[in-house]
Amino acid sequence: MSMSAPTLEVRNLQTHFFTRAGVVKAVDDVSFTVRRGKVMGLVGESGSGKSVTGFSIIGLVDAPGRIAGGSILFQGRDLAKLSEEEMRDLRGNRIAMIFQDPMMTLNPVLRIDTQMIETVQAHRKVSHEAARQRARDTLGMVGIPSPDERLKAYPHQFSGGMRQRVAIAIALLHEPELIIADEPTTALDVTIQGQILAEVQKLAETTGTSLIWITHDLSVVAGLADDIAVMYAGRIVEKGTVAEVLDRPLHPYTAGLIGSVPSRNKRGEPLRQIPGMTPSLLNLPPGCAFRTRCPRAAAPCMAEPDIREILPGREARCFIPLTSAEEQAA
Amino acid sequence: MSAAMKLDAGAPMVELRGISRRFEKKLDFAGKIAKRLGAPVREEVVHAVDKVDLTIRKGEVVGLVGESGCGKSTLGRMVAGILPPSDGVIMRNGTDILSRSSAAAREMKLRTQMIFQDPYASLNPRMRVADIVGEAPLVHGIVSRSGYDAYVDEQMRRAGLDPAFKRRYPHQFSGGQRQRIGIARALAVKPDFIVCDEAVAALDVSIQAQILNLFIRLRTELDLTYLFISHDLGVVEHISDRVVIMYLGRVVEEAPSETVFAQPNHPYTQSLLASVPRIESRKRAFSVVKGEIPSPLNPPSGCHFHPRCPHAMERCKVEVPVLREVAPGQRSACHLNDQA
Repeated sequence: MSMSAPTLEVRNLQTHFFTRAGVVKAVDDVSFTVRRGKVMGLVGESGSGKSVTGFSIIGLVDAPGRIAGGSILFQGRDLAKLSEEEMRDLRGNRIAMIFQDPMMTLNPVLRIDTQMIETVQAHRKVSHEAARQRARDTLGMVGIPSPDERLKAYPHQFSGGMRQRVAIAIALLHEPELIIADEPTTALDVTIQGQILAEVQKLAETTGTSLIWITHDLSVVAGLADDIAVMYAGRIVEKGTVAEVLDRPLHPYTAGLIGSVPSRNKRGEPLRQIPGMTPSLLNLPPGCAFRTRCPRAAAPCMAEPDIREILPGREARCFIPLTSAEEQAA
Repeated sequence: MSAAMKLDAGAPMVELRGISRRFEKKLDFAGKIAKRLGAPVREEVVHAVDKVDLTIRKGEVVGLVGESGCGKSTLGRMVAGILPPSDGVIMRNGTDILSRSSAAAREMKLRTQMIFQDPYASLNPRMRVADIVGEAPLVHGIVSRSGYDAYVDEQMRRAGLDPAFKRRYPHQFSGGQRQRIGIARALAVKPDFIVCDEAVAALDVSIQAQILNLFIRLRTELDLTYLFISHDLGVVEHISDRVVIMYLGRVVEEAPSETVFAQPNHPYTQSLLASVPRIESRKRAFSVVKGEIPSPLNPPSGCHFHPRCPHAMERCKVEVPVLREVAPGQRSACHLNDQA
């Protein structure tokens, strides 16, 4: 692992939703670090808590949810303890977010230039003209052709892929140290997804921005990220570098996910599958949450496993991890 | 290989000849007046599907691939008989299903069923699962009142659902289970041909594998033929015997699965395959196809792909390439093949 100071350090984060039906522990004891200029892939299926983790970092968890414990260290400050005003100063400035649907970022009734200039001036005292110049340059940076004319357009005049580029440009306006990207290419066609991923990779390398890339698609993370954390039922079950985790998974859930990717199976034969389905966060099985679907479950799994170092630099939340090469060959 | 040879011998189950579908946006009153006054307005026509020929043989799984707006869903709906084509003939086991009066055509339409992408939108929220699955076979006389309960149970069990849940409503099920209800409903009328339109696209990875396995199992169990429409090349590669690739309403390439993924011929197929993220890849530069998918309202002249194609020549801008055989079983629509 690299020794450079991390951009973000999340420690034992807990984000709970206090609903009438009970307390939903959407994020439960999540810890990870994001290295400077590196891409961290946060992977999981629907309801695993990956998006809520992202929202917690940028301070966008709505009631009945709130951060119930843990810390989020960013440049020496704990984001979980900041006031709304202090957070607003960071949000869109030092930390930015890109959503799956770019229309979450864009206002449909305002021209792109209005929205971008407003964003620039929200955090910097610059002239209208300088702000416009900055907006223009950023649009060019994310590969939007003829940015001068496109600034005058409304969001609906862009295609889906171009709209996502505009959302990325807005995230980049203040050259943030950290960008949280929540499934930003999931709704796009493959050729457009390829273009956006290429741009993002280039940007991370040239600007030194760190990225948290939230996705359900292991294949995207494989090509894009440096580190990976796999979430299941609100917890990180495994983390490490992409090469380590995808080539030699320790946790049976990670191995199951990798095994069910079609290209890892012989054509036309049944895919290896994880039986059952994700349990409801309101009534998780006691002990290891994955126990009921796990082929290796045994007596010790009735207790709750902690995330622990199993191999040097490799952590997983499992009592009976896959450690031999044959077991890991997914 | 023997399986592939057997497939070649299979009789055509579905034959499309010169199928086209146009969607027109008629001018409204103001538009008509503006046109009469000489304003440059015209009726907008989208050629969603443009003169497609396609044969699906019995027992085959044909994957239909393309990006949004390429017409793959429109084609699927026409094959399933729920959308009439603007031009062309659809033959099903030798019967023209477009001749609406014929009883044989109706029978053929019943034997073609469709499974949709969104299991949330394709199930009636006010109906119990038992009625969703059992209504059609009852109406079509496939099952009698007395055998109804047992029949519904059997259909549900086959799709991997517990018949104890038959009194429940769709909202009480998860996404994967809802897709199983859709499958049970489609199979309840004893079809031999299934059109799956992005049937696993909305599902999580682990659930997607379960549903794909169900498709694979049902195929052998019930001797089904599939037209499998998807944008996900990994899924299509896994399940299909033959792959058809569409771009802006036209078929650009068609070949057996192994051939398409090993030796793609058309430049569009090549760039599509290069764009697909693979789990085997590590921290690499993503290959990039330049440009965007053009609007189907105003497609480029000649070969639709020429503005994005790295090999485009003068000829590609004027002449529409025809789909023709480039290797045994592989057809491609590209002018480059004439030069070799």
